[in-house]
Amino acid sequence: MKLGFTPAEEDFRKEAADWLAGQMAGEFADIKGITKLTERPERRKEWEQQLAAHGWSCIGWPKEWGGRDASLAEQVIFAEEYARAGVPGRINHIGVELAGPTILTFGTDEQKAKFLPGIAAGTTIWCQGFSEPNAGSDLASVRTKARLDGDEWVVDGQKIWTSLAHVSDWIFVVTRSEEGSKGPKGLTFVMMDLAQPGIEVRGIKQINGDAEFNETFFDGARTAADNIIGAPGGGWKVAMGLLAFERGVSTLGQQMGFRNELDEIVAAAKANGAARDPLIRQRIAKAEIGLRLMRYGAMRMLSNTDHSRPDGAALTYKIQWASWRRALGELAMDVLGQTGEVTDGPAYEWGILPNLFLYSRADTIYGGTNQIQRNLIAERALGLPREPRGDL
Amino acid sequence: MHFAFTDEQAMIAETVRGFFAEHATSARTRKAMAGDGVDRALWASFCTELGLSGVAILEDAGGAGLGLVELAIVAEAAGAQVAALPLLGHVMASQALAVGGGDRQVLGELIAGDTIAAYAHRADLSASGDTLNGTIEFVAHGGIADCFVVTTNDAAWLVAADAPGLTVTPLTTMDQTRPYARLTLNGVAGERLSDPAAAISAAHNAGFVVLAAEALGGAQACLDRTVGYSLERVQFGRPIGSFQAYKHRLADMMVEIEQARSAVYWAACAIDESSDEAALAVHAAKSFAADTFFRCAGDMIQLHGGIGFTWEHDAHLFFKRARAIQTLLGEGAWHREQIAAMVFGDAA
Repeated sequence: MKLGFTPAEEDFRKEAADWLAGQMAGEFADIKGITKLTERPERRKEWEQQLAAHGWSCIGWPKEWGGRDASLAEQVIFAEEYARAGVPGRINHIGVELAGPTILTFGTDEQKAKFLPGIAAGTTIWCQGFSEPNAGSDLASVRTKARLDGDEWVVDGQKIWTSLAHVSDWIFVVTRSEEGSKGPKGLTFVMMDLAQPGIEVRGIKQINGDAEFNETFFDGARTAADNIIGAPGGGWKVAMGLLAFERGVSTLGQQMGFRNELDEIVAAAKANGAARDPLIRQRIAKAEIGLRLMRYGAMRMLSNTDHSRPDGAALTYKIQWASWRRALGELAMDVLGQTGEVTDGPAYEWGILPNLFLYSRADTIYGGTNQIQRNLIAERALGLPREPRGDL
Repeated sequence: MHFAFTDEQAMIAETVRGFFAEHATSARTRKAMAGDGVDRALWASFCTELGLSGVAILEDAGGAGLGLVELAIVAEAAGAQVAALPLLGHVMASQALAVGGGDRQVLGELIAGDTIAAYAHRADLSASGDTLNGTIEFVAHGGIADCFVVTTNDAAWLVAADAPGLTVTPLTTMDQTRPYARLTLNGVAGERLSDPAAAISAAHNAGFVVLAAEALGGAQACLDRTVGYSLERVQFGRPIGSFQAYKHRLADMMVEIEQARSAVYWAACAIDESSDEAALAVHAAKSFAADTFFRCAGDMIQLHGGIGFTWEHDAHLFFKRARAIQTLLGEGAWHREQIAAMVFGDAA
């Protein structure tokens, strides 16, 4: 058991930090510090391409697909330095962290050659079509239909909560391809070009006034027959494999974003005197402890290379960070007081802390609600009986 | 960076878990509870057969030369069985003697299990040179100790239990597996340790880690035992572990426990590697793991229903141990205030 990094790894840290700092002070200074996923999408796409041009786009990928074969420690370091430098989140994070690894793991050589270069180069932005109006927590009950028509799949139906669909080029969609099938059987994992008349994307305005999520409608949308991952009817396994990638290295970069938010709260508390309130001090300490434990929890998860059995502890991670961040949003507002409830100017736009307060209500919902997470922990990690299924 | 046990550490963990599960049985612990709070035969075999009583003591001082990670592994396993052992006082006293320039012969006797030590701290104890006056409350396993390491904030002494002027009063204590005693010192002559700062720091860091690790082991045992019960107990024609209200509470216990596990081994590693995070880590580990244990032990009683409230069931052993760990070596609020002061860069 060892926490520290080797001198070579520290050299790598310096190389990454220097490059990122140079970019944020130079050509890309205009996007430094942006926290909203939807802000300045065109510049964010240019940033994806800049990362790729300098070999920093997908460092954990194999070299032959545009990566660096970076070690786990190097990926951890890069994620930390990325956030520390104030670089905005990856507009193609779904491509880099979900679509790419899924294609690398489950795709054919032809599919790798077709899709990975665009992701690695930052020229193809991806989004995810999983949830539907009637398939949220119960993802396996999706109804969006796919049928093979000659050498093309034809897709009809509706997806919802498709983050960033309005700025994306491609979407992967979990569809029901076997008529009359139920649950996880008969599903197919289909990849589609968004730029076609059969697909319409409509923004959903959220509680913070932004529209990061969308409804995506499919009406006779088409894609080539070989644009599916896994076998027809074998989409559930691929979708579940993809969700496992969500617990990977990217969580550490996400945590550095949380660090920036906590630092903002500490600065606000010092400025307005809340730092002298013993109750606020206790909550700040709890937040600090929680953030550190998240980091070391992720380190444990990443250090566990025994993939022969499920990592029960890893199942606790989502509820842990989501609950922590929602509480952080409440702490932010308690530090700000009523000042946090008004914003400058006529537009309904919020600074980092009030926005955190509003946005973090989504954290305990998307990617599996806290209630679903508890079911997963209880059933998969603790071995308790499964929830009974109804047949409505 | 590799935040997982090495093969050697995994082997130690397996060995100590097996040792405590086999020997620190409920029946033996209860026998110790009815007496003076120590299972002496268990302590003797821990020191001699297992040979881990000097686990985090340097080899040239007679120890095993391992670190606080290995110490945490031992304490976690002992905590899982609520073993009635003088481990906390032993570890703190022996750390103080080992790094503070203490008597090597006494240290050797402690590691061999021939002598049992307790640790007694009072910041404002009156000391005139090496002559000590005053009372020290809540000394864990003080009633059975052969000697004490007594500290203020800037001085440390070794004191024999039979030293003239020292009165040791055992106290009836809620947690009977770690009973307290009151020390009354009337002109007691102490044997001064030459490097008190090192002694106090090593003792307290090791003490925080031992308590946090015991809490982790205890919390995990509460969860494991409750999961087992929930699969056996049938009501409304179903195992009670199939009810969502019950499952979710167990899941919440696991979420807290996994964080406590990160906290304990982060703190142990940070001290072993002399990381600049060490001070923050020990306060985080002690407060977080103690609160986790208390919550899990409370939930264990609730989720067992009436049987969990009986003397016969072991739930109360965990519950009382958890409460004691919350207050030993500083309450949670105090530890969190230390962290707040680090975060804000002040001291309120």
